[in-house]
Amino acid sequence: MSALSVPHLLGIRPLTADDIQLILSTARQFKEVLQRPIKKVPSLREITVANLFFENSTRTRISFELAEKRLSADVINFSASGSSLAKGETLLDTANNILAMKVDLIVMRHPHVGACHFLASRLKNYPLSAHARIVNAGDGTHEHPTQALLDAYSILEKFGNLTGLRVAIIGDILHSRVALSNIFLLRKLGAEVQLCGPPSLIPKGIEALGVSISHNLINTLSWCDVANVLRIQLERQKAGYFPSLREYARYFGINRQVLDRLSKSITIMHPGPINRGVEITAECADSEHSIILEQVQNGVAVRMAILYLLAGKADFAD
Amino acid sequence: MYGVFYFAAGMNEKTLVSPERMPLLLERLCLLFLERHTKPEEVAVVALQPRGVAFGVAWIHVLKDKFGVNIPDFGKLDITFHRDDYRKRDELDVPAETVMPFLVEKRHVLMLDDVLYTGRSVRAGLDAILSFGRPASLELMVLIERRFSRELPIEAHYVGERVDALSNQKVRVLWQPEPRVVLFNTTRSA
Repeated sequence: MSALSVPHLLGIRPLTADDIQLILSTARQFKEVLQRPIKKVPSLREITVANLFFENSTRTRISFELAEKRLSADVINFSASGSSLAKGETLLDTANNILAMKVDLIVMRHPHVGACHFLASRLKNYPLSAHARIVNAGDGTHEHPTQALLDAYSILEKFGNLTGLRVAIIGDILHSRVALSNIFLLRKLGAEVQLCGPPSLIPKGIEALGVSISHNLINTLSWCDVANVLRIQLERQKAGYFPSLREYARYFGINRQVLDRLSKSITIMHPGPINRGVEITAECADSEHSIILEQVQNGVAVRMAILYLLAGKADFAD
Repeated sequence: MYGVFYFAAGMNEKTLVSPERMPLLLERLCLLFLERHTKPEEVAVVALQPRGVAFGVAWIHVLKDKFGVNIPDFGKLDITFHRDDYRKRDELDVPAETVMPFLVEKRHVLMLDDVLYTGRSVRAGLDAILSFGRPASLELMVLIERRFSRELPIEAHYVGERVDALSNQKVRVLWQPEPRVVLFNTTRSA
């Protein structure tokens, strides 16, 4: 198989296990390209990509832009600050304007759930852009598919296989698009997933996705091979989901003492940005257990693979 | 291998190079190469994935066994990302592994592929090799050259055998169960 079953990457949920394997195996070849003295290939030279970031982002935006430039695409960057959005333009109008400029690929991050699906549903109204492909770079608390794919790639690089592997996702599951995409992906590839965090930050009924739940950090860490530690968003504390950052760090923070209590060595991941001293101490984030910087490095290769596979769909017709 | 698949489909086939002649071709290519290079072991050999690699492995084996020349730098190069027909075909190529454990900067490089046809793979190969530095020189060796079918101004320095084939015919180099080159018709017309 050499093509994705979907026209857009709106989330992990619509992907098949074969799609995921295709993206990850293509990413492996792009990682080799990134080791060359000249790290650029001409594949996307006739493609224009618009990066629409309606929400702040550092690594995702830079990673996408680097991936696009390594593939020789023309790149347009848009960020919500400094745009007409600040003047009250709606998503529909902003998107309409960008689509009218005839772009081939749209990478979008938006604070609202389903924004990418909405944009995808509007494409057919714009003959010049009806062929465009959309990549979700994070929509609200819904999905962040490229992060889940690069997490899976990083785990595979370390362990060689996901089937039967035990992965814990620790922290604010309720507001995390990374957690949701990771759950979908890991389950599709046969990994076991356990969620760990305070009850207020774990959504009710999430067991239906085939995951187990724990509120005890030590139990979870003893169970898992890989711990994916999520960022605690400081504004959540103000909203009353937990009493204080200090208390959170004490019960759910990863530190040296906690790791020393385990009878085995585990791998630690974090999607960034890290709140050092809250969900993980600086010492652990920089330790030999952590593959956080490998995740960032793999992100470029994985995003190159996604753009390459989406743009390569013949004649862009559905 | 593609060849096996086409045989299974019962296509008409014709042998262009028999298993008996194949070693002679490989030996002749070694001699031509040695004639031009006073320090052959310093040449970096880069074979194009996937089929050029099988040819490269066989050729290097003959070079070592018959002529005692060892090539320490043998790379496998995938050209998928450098092809000019990306987005112009129904199916995307699945990239194969690239293994280039050396740089080609200021080196004499020999690029290998099994069949030279339109020249487009070789063009992509040139583009891909240049990502690994600026070679002092770059030569091309092919086992089979299809004459009168080039779409780009590309010729090989070393040719095992020149053949004529129609555009609806395929030339395949097979290494299993025994090495040979066959010609067969495809239903697709050019």
